[in-house]
Amino acid sequence: MALDSGAAHLDAAFVSVRDLTHSFGTVEVLKGLDIEVRNGEFLVLLGPSGCGKSTLLNCIAGLIEITDGQIWIGGRNVTWEEPKDRGIGMVFQSYALYPHMTVHGNLSFGLKNQRMPEDQIAARVVRVARILQIEPLLDRKPGALSGGQRQRVAIGRALVRDADVFLFDEPLSNLDAKLRAELRVELKRLHAGLGNTMIYVTHDQIEAMTLADRIAVMRDGVIQQLATPLELYDRPANLFVAGFVGSPSMSMLDGRIAGGRFHVGGQSLALDGYEGRAPGTLGAAILGLRPEHIAVAPAGVEGLSAVVELCEPMGADKLLWTDVEGRKVSVRVPVETSHPRGSRVTLAPAMGKASLFDAGTEARL
Amino acid sequence: MSGPRGPRPRRVLSRGNVFVYGTLMLVSVYYLLPLWVMVMTSLKGLPEIRMGNIFAPPVEVTFQPWVKAWAEACTGINCDGLSRGFWNSVRILIPSLVLSIAVASVNGYALSSWRFRGSETFFVILIVGAFIPYQVLLYPVVILLRSLGLYGSIWGLVLVHTIFGMPILTLLFRNYFASLPEDLFKAARVDGAGFWGIYLKIILPVSLPIFAVAAIIQVTGIWNDFFFGVVFARPETYPMTVQLNNIVNSVQGVKEYNVNMAATLLTGLLPLAVYFASGKLFMRGITAGAVKV
Ligand SMILES: Nc1ncnc2c1ncn2[C@@H]1O[C@H](COP(=O)(O)OP(=O)(O)O)[C@@H](O)[C@H]1O
Ligand SMILES: [Mg+2]
Repeated sequence: MALDSGAAHLDAAFVSVRDLTHSFGTVEVLKGLDIEVRNGEFLVLLGPSGCGKSTLLNCIAGLIEITDGQIWIGGRNVTWEEPKDRGIGMVFQSYALYPHMTVHGNLSFGLKNQRMPEDQIAARVVRVARILQIEPLLDRKPGALSGGQRQRVAIGRALVRDADVFLFDEPLSNLDAKLRAELRVELKRLHAGLGNTMIYVTHDQIEAMTLADRIAVMRDGVIQQLATPLELYDRPANLFVAGFVGSPSMSMLDGRIAGGRFHVGGQSLALDGYEGRAPGTLGAAILGLRPEHIAVAPAGVEGLSAVVELCEPMGADKLLWTDVEGRKVSVRVPVETSHPRGSRVTLAPAMGKASLFDAGTEARL
Repeated sequence: MSGPRGPRPRRVLSRGNVFVYGTLMLVSVYYLLPLWVMVMTSLKGLPEIRMGNIFAPPVEVTFQPWVKAWAEACTGINCDGLSRGFWNSVRILIPSLVLSIAVASVNGYALSSWRFRGSETFFVILIVGAFIPYQVLLYPVVILLRSLGLYGSIWGLVLVHTIFGMPILTLLFRNYFASLPEDLFKAARVDGAGFWGIYLKIILPVSLPIFAVAAIIQVTGIWNDFFFGVVFARPETYPMTVQLNNIVNSVQGVKEYNVNMAATLLTGLLPLAVYFASGKLFMRGITAGAVKV
């Protein structure tokens, strides 16, 4: 949706990573990676810790020398250029504020290095400080700031450079949950106001879903899927993406497809209504169901018979943990329903929203 | 409410405390006694010293031995006391200190932050250098200094101190810089600072403690040096330690114990002052160099 509304002003790739390979010694962390980021887009790189997100961001910034491939920013091949000449601003996970300088000194350091006149520096610092509401802090040293304030200053230091592209490396992961939610909204507002291209690294799928125009899900240095948050959520390209995105996560039922039906244990479901190209007959397959796409059906309706194991109240609704033929399946149900432990229920999945994966290749069918 | 409540009461004179403080006191006395003897002897006249009780405070306090040690004692042909050696030592110390710290810190910075091709090899060679016994290098260095025209001069000694201090100081700086967050360095690069910009404006200001530690190590080390002084200097450029030795070990005339004690105390005054002024930092220096190669 975000992508559709913004599509008009988005033009061709603004940041383009082409066939990027990076190795630390003999360990190949990024393997022939290609990615195109559009002008003004908020792209999130999402993946588990250690999958190479920071490495990719450092390659784009020019902070590590790449093993092979090209980096293009704003139509220029910047592969061999210094970080300062790439038109980027970067925010680090550890804030990396200069501890001996005041906030003002931190914000103006980059501009001083550009030999910008003093009055222009002052004007820029004040403008950014106002945007981020850190004006009262300008004379303090980083040691005298709270975590949230430090992160604002770190963001300010990137903003003040007036860069074309902002790179964020897990900027919120050191903050507590409440502050993280606040700053997340603020970042989104900031992007809406500035309209710059932003590349944002996180392992937190909620952050990714809420912030991104598009999300690139990474695993072991390979991009698994690059799509809008909704597309990613509704039609994950493979088993890994399906399991990584969504909380509580998708329930996976391993079984097989035969005669247009999905068989799990002794039970089976009709595949009518499934979106993809589900073959009439296939050996092993995996059926992925999100908790909100399963209903507890009244008796007599076709579905999977399950035993209730646990009920987790979530506030707005409840999460019912059930057992289907030895597999765990979670179901979102309204708070007012009552399903005692050990009772038998019939689960009716919405096949139109389900995901089927080939058990061998783990790809979506 | 009965039973234990609030902070647990502490007994000041528990058995453990008595043992610990008793031991500490005993050890202190053991180490302070020689100092006491030295100070007392240096304040006595020779007749009083000959009476023999070395622990007794002076009956008649005299500062004449101090004056003599500083300005009149004879070493070889010169009879102007330790003052000549003192000023030589100062003139050796200051340039050696500045030069060795400047070079070693930039070395350490380059090795930790700008991993250039072969930087690991370079580092290993440097560290191996720290284990080569000085004796092996003496003759080559003499030849080197002579061909540079620096043999026997103050600047020759400065060069020797700078070179021989390099491995341990580089290691010290490299380890400290390597412990700084890498992102700090990256942020400065994005902000457009270059090799020297990052060193002078970021690394140096945040690393002042390690500079202080290096300075302490170098001040005490260079001031206390005797070996290089004997080998690479000439009588007119002898540092204070060498001159002290010449005064104390001179075989002519009577042994002036009071002058010898005063001369020794004068020579040790600077390192002593440094230890007292910087105890904590010095400890940090000793432990900082030890780990993470
Ligand atoms: N400087 C380095 N030297 C060697 N290996 C590294 C270095 N930096 C990262 N790695 C390895 O590269 C992989 C990807 O790291 P990183 O990009 O930091 O992951 P992420 O940011 O996704 O958590 C990890 O397995 C990590 O151990
Ligand atoms: Mg990372």
